[in-house]
Amino acid sequence: MANIGEILARLWETSGFYKMAVDWRQLIMICIACFLLYLGLVKKYEPLLMIGIAFGMLLTNLPGSEMYHPELWDAYIAGTIKLTDIIHEGGLLDIFYIGVKAGLYPSLIFMGVGAMTDFGPLIANPKSLLLGAAAQLGIFAAFLMAIVLGFPANVAASIGIIGGADGPTAIWLTSKLAPEYLAPIAIAAYSYMALIPLIQPPVMRLLTTKEEREVKMEQLAPVSKTQKILFPIIVTIFVTLLLPSVAPLLGCLMLGNLFTECGLTDRLSDTAQNALMNIVTIFLATSVGATARYDRFLSFQTIKIIILGLIAFEFATIGGLIFGKIMYKVTGGKINPLIGSAGVSAVPMAARVSQKEGQRANPSNFLLMHAMGPNVAGVIGSAVAAGFLLALFG
Amino acid sequence: MTLGNAAIYSLLGVCVVFFALILLMIAIKILVKVMPYKEAAAPAPAVKAAEAPAPEKKAEPAKGVAGDLKLIKTEPRDAAMIMAIIADELKTPLNQLRFKSIKLVEEEGKR
Repeated sequence: MANIGEILARLWETSGFYKMAVDWRQLIMICIACFLLYLGLVKKYEPLLMIGIAFGMLLTNLPGSEMYHPELWDAYIAGTIKLTDIIHEGGLLDIFYIGVKAGLYPSLIFMGVGAMTDFGPLIANPKSLLLGAAAQLGIFAAFLMAIVLGFPANVAASIGIIGGADGPTAIWLTSKLAPEYLAPIAIAAYSYMALIPLIQPPVMRLLTTKEEREVKMEQLAPVSKTQKILFPIIVTIFVTLLLPSVAPLLGCLMLGNLFTECGLTDRLSDTAQNALMNIVTIFLATSVGATARYDRFLSFQTIKIIILGLIAFEFATIGGLIFGKIMYKVTGGKINPLIGSAGVSAVPMAARVSQKEGQRANPSNFLLMHAMGPNVAGVIGSAVAAGFLLALFG
Repeated sequence: MTLGNAAIYSLLGVCVVFFALILLMIAIKILVKVMPYKEAAAPAPAVKAAEAPAPEKKAEPAKGVAGDLKLIKTEPRDAAMIMAIIADELKTPLNQLRFKSIKLVEEEGKR
């Protein structure tokens, strides 16, 4: 007759509780995952992504769950195993992660974003593109600081892209340049995007005068349907010819927009904005969260990345605002510099912050549509910056 | 990578982003010049009878709201405005919507 004590001991040794007792770092990661769940569920910080990321993190750090195997991906990158080996030996989240590694999910998310975006304010005021470009300063400032802190160039480039304030772009670039840092970079990007209403206003008030913030901008010129249809085609041709590496992201963004603007593919536009986007968001968020395994995530590097991410966001805001101030001077006070801070992407949160600050200075001020121009220009700008970094370090 | 090299790459990166977006700005300006926005076409001048298209069938007026509408502390003028806004938002003719009641919700402090 079996010894009951022995059976219980064996059961205990195979349990996750026993394995967790062996390595306490897993418990810390479970606590971090629960904290992120709290941020998503209670504080509503980007809940559509944060909840999936936090749950993926929780699953991957539950001892014995064996849902994600970073060592398999290391071997794949080193070329010692093939993708089919990962399919055979990997867990569920390894299978999900294939879409990240292939750059599939960020591109499909961009298709949905394109279908949801109205580029009308940008076409009506093409100068907005300059503000979108200036706000990419954060990417390169953070890149420089990451180099100073001793990160290799490819990792520094991935850290810098947090300043683009664009989750899919950050994931896309990091999965290609520094996949081992995907989790902290994605978490930093999405957390700071959610915190934009707290991060930006102090800098906006510091860098602008009350007189500048009070400026009321003229109504935007109307935009024709033909212009809106031709816009995604022109952007795709021009930018892809300049930086071919950005084609997957920008191509999908513009294809989604064309679906919406042409008026002939309403079903496709609806699918890209809703069903497809929702499905991809589930896969993307859980697989990115899964990469945050205790033995990789809990390091001093992660803390450095989180701090550099915040610096990147602040510099991006500063870049947009300074260029906004230049445009205010050049146009003789016709442009409110507050719309410059919206150049950091994070659509439409950053534009809303510009509107709120403008209205705070002058209650009859309506900057939202004016800020949407730099805001969507920022999406294109951060994609261009990502293409540049990939071409350089990829 | 040395800090000097990183600074050069950063400067180059900023220039590339600006160059790409300035190029795009010029392209959009050309697009707007070549294909300007036109107001909705004004009524065409009189055409010959033979060429004139068949007169369009006049849209039937809405038949009104189905059922009775109960107004609670709401002026009929405000109720009409609310119903028109909802119909416009839903892109549904008013006669296909049924409003049962419209009630003024007072704030706690004002009670």
